[in-house]
Amino acid sequence: MITFWFSVVVLAWVLFFVLEGFDFGVGLLGPVLGRDDHERGAAVRTIGPFWDGNEVWLVAAIGVTFAAFPAWYSALLAGLYLPMVLLLLLLAVRGVALEFRGKGDGPRYRRRADIALALSSLGIVLVWGALLAAFVRGLAIDAGGDVVGGGFARTVGPVLTPAAGLGSLAALYAALLLGATFLALRTSGPVRRRARTLAQWLGTGGAVALLLLGLGTGSVVVLIAAVLAFVAGLLARTGREALAFAATAVGVAGSVVAVFTSHGSVVLHSTIDPAYALTRDAAAATPQALELLTWAGVLILPGVLAYQVYSYWVFRRRVASERVPS
Amino acid sequence: MDVLDWTRLQFAVVTIYHYFFVPLSISLAATAAGLQIAWLRTKKEQYLHLTKLVGKLLIVTFAVGVVTGLVQEFQFGLGWSAFARFYGDVFGPTLAIEGMLAFFLEATFLALWYFGWDRLPRAIHTACIVIVAVGTLLSAFIILAANSFMQNPVAYALDPVTGRARLTSFTELMLNKVNLAAFPHTISGAVMVGGALLLAVGVWRLAADPAYGILARLGAWLTLAGGAATALTGDHLGKVITEVQPMKMAAAEALYETTAGAPFAVFATGKPLPEFALEIPWLLSILAKGNPNATVQGIDDLQAQYAAEFGPGSYVPMIPVAFWTFRLMIGIGMLAAFLGALYLWRTRKGRQAPRWLTRWLPLIPLLPTAANTFGWIFTETARQPWIAFGISKVADGISPGLTSSEVIVSLAGFTVIYGVIAVVWLRLVRHLARQPLSPSAASAEKPELAPVY
Repeated sequence: MITFWFSVVVLAWVLFFVLEGFDFGVGLLGPVLGRDDHERGAAVRTIGPFWDGNEVWLVAAIGVTFAAFPAWYSALLAGLYLPMVLLLLLLAVRGVALEFRGKGDGPRYRRRADIALALSSLGIVLVWGALLAAFVRGLAIDAGGDVVGGGFARTVGPVLTPAAGLGSLAALYAALLLGATFLALRTSGPVRRRARTLAQWLGTGGAVALLLLGLGTGSVVVLIAAVLAFVAGLLARTGREALAFAATAVGVAGSVVAVFTSHGSVVLHSTIDPAYALTRDAAAATPQALELLTWAGVLILPGVLAYQVYSYWVFRRRVASERVPS
Repeated sequence: MDVLDWTRLQFAVVTIYHYFFVPLSISLAATAAGLQIAWLRTKKEQYLHLTKLVGKLLIVTFAVGVVTGLVQEFQFGLGWSAFARFYGDVFGPTLAIEGMLAFFLEATFLALWYFGWDRLPRAIHTACIVIVAVGTLLSAFIILAANSFMQNPVAYALDPVTGRARLTSFTELMLNKVNLAAFPHTISGAVMVGGALLLAVGVWRLAADPAYGILARLGAWLTLAGGAATALTGDHLGKVITEVQPMKMAAAEALYETTAGAPFAVFATGKPLPEFALEIPWLLSILAKGNPNATVQGIDDLQAQYAAEFGPGSYVPMIPVAFWTFRLMIGIGMLAAFLGALYLWRTRKGRQAPRWLTRWLPLIPLLPTAANTFGWIFTETARQPWIAFGISKVADGISPGLTSSEVIVSLAGFTVIYGVIAVVWLRLVRHLARQPLSPSAASAEKPELAPVY
């Protein structure tokens, strides 16, 4: 039961990172690849109907983590207090910028919304990358699962390490590639062309960097990611946009799984003493709570997936970024 | 102020702020659904235009609700990790099920509805907004069940090994009698806020387009009906609370001594309050127990009783805060309902409302919003010192290791960002309300093909 719920938690996080990942990427790239108000509007419209539903995967992921592993939820959030608050603030700015963009008046207003959207998306991606890297490294938790230390360094320190910086770069890369392949898949006209070119460059360039990193560290995950990035770039070049996006999504999903299972049955590693590490079993809720969750999950989640797929199907048409001559 | 005070203040700020937008989303979703059905039934174009206007107000409000609601989902772990560990079994599944069952519905179908005007068959499209409305109610019910647990813990057992709370029955948790009383009260309050916003927009724009008259009168009806329902459900909720949290109601009345045939003080002054009070005889006994001669327990007796039961310490909440928020909630809420009724009366059979009324009515949304806020401040501060009544105290719930400076930094961040969002939201609502109702009238040469995004 505990293993099952661990898998569900990881699945929820995977869906969040893949789905919001392309949202973040579009938020970052839209204002760059769109040369004018109309093109930028087209880029943002590709995620307009979806971002909200995607963001609920964060609600679901954190909710399921809380429900199935309360001690894990508590240790992570309290232990990474300030970076988590920063993340929430950036998410607030981004959601509002995205939803308010088209409702206001005039290109200047939309330009400001675009800048807010791009900067907040960038911030979110960098913070997430650092948080995931900090998570893999583990936190300075004591036997009670609480992070020890003093001052701001207590909760900010874990995201200011070289590893966290690398995590931020990796996350930025993943979001850019996801965003580029998604825009190539979902638009027509100039934005599509530019997104395709960018995806090719990102795919091949990133593959080289990942290959070097993989060889240097001997990490199989990174080597697989390098192959997937290369394949994505190649597919984008040959116009197989759906497959290019799929290859990127698989890469991101695999990386998230690798992050969450990096310590085996330990869900949060302790940097003070391995004996303090939080294990799945110790973090899990009671069997009764897990049973309730199982019923709820079995009854509800298939429906959620079905109507989310339906919504993607309804809005499957490409968004035109070219100007229709009137 | 110590770290506990700061963390409580932060929770209060982000939660009250979130709750500016929640009641609006609940009532605007239901109103949009109602207007769209009215349009389908009557085929009157003006209903379609009003549906779209309400839809736009809904989507910008919902967005703020989403991003501030996300913060709520994290709050329990960020500032209150000891609470999250202790009540993980009860709170975790509740939040998770709310997210999976209700929040997904709302977010996905709201987008389908908003962007799907020309992509979905009419019946499915209408069903989408109805689903959104149902989803908001489900959300409210489940979240209120979690809050009701803190007021009146049910369906749990304390684990003998870990000492933590274990959930024994989800159904029982949902059907907490406090929840069954608080849910209708909360929804009635939400109807008032949404009604007041429509009334405000309608009155403000009436001169530009007579079609807004329908919106204004609809809003006034909702404000009045919501007000009446709030009073009735509030009376019932008060009786339930008297039963499960007698200290809260005693604090609301600043009633120190246990009294039979207790009066209700409309107004009181004095240091620990009623030294001088304007009282209505027997009313408190009627409100609390439904009987003019009933005995209402006083603060002093309850304090002695709790000290004997739970050990030494103060179990008395802040009396003036409880006393005044309770009265402000009722007074301001009823003023809003009265203004709704007044508008309906003065505009009956096509009459023109007097100028002084139409000049001030655009500010009416502030009233029910303030009443809701005072209601929540009362509910939560008069629960003190408990985090879950009778089981554990607020001081036991805070994240170990959290420092004042960390919370001050995060609170400053929330205040700045939330403040900016509020200003932008207000200006956007004003901008949206100012658009001509029928697009054809303003820009016949440039028809809007898809929603601008």
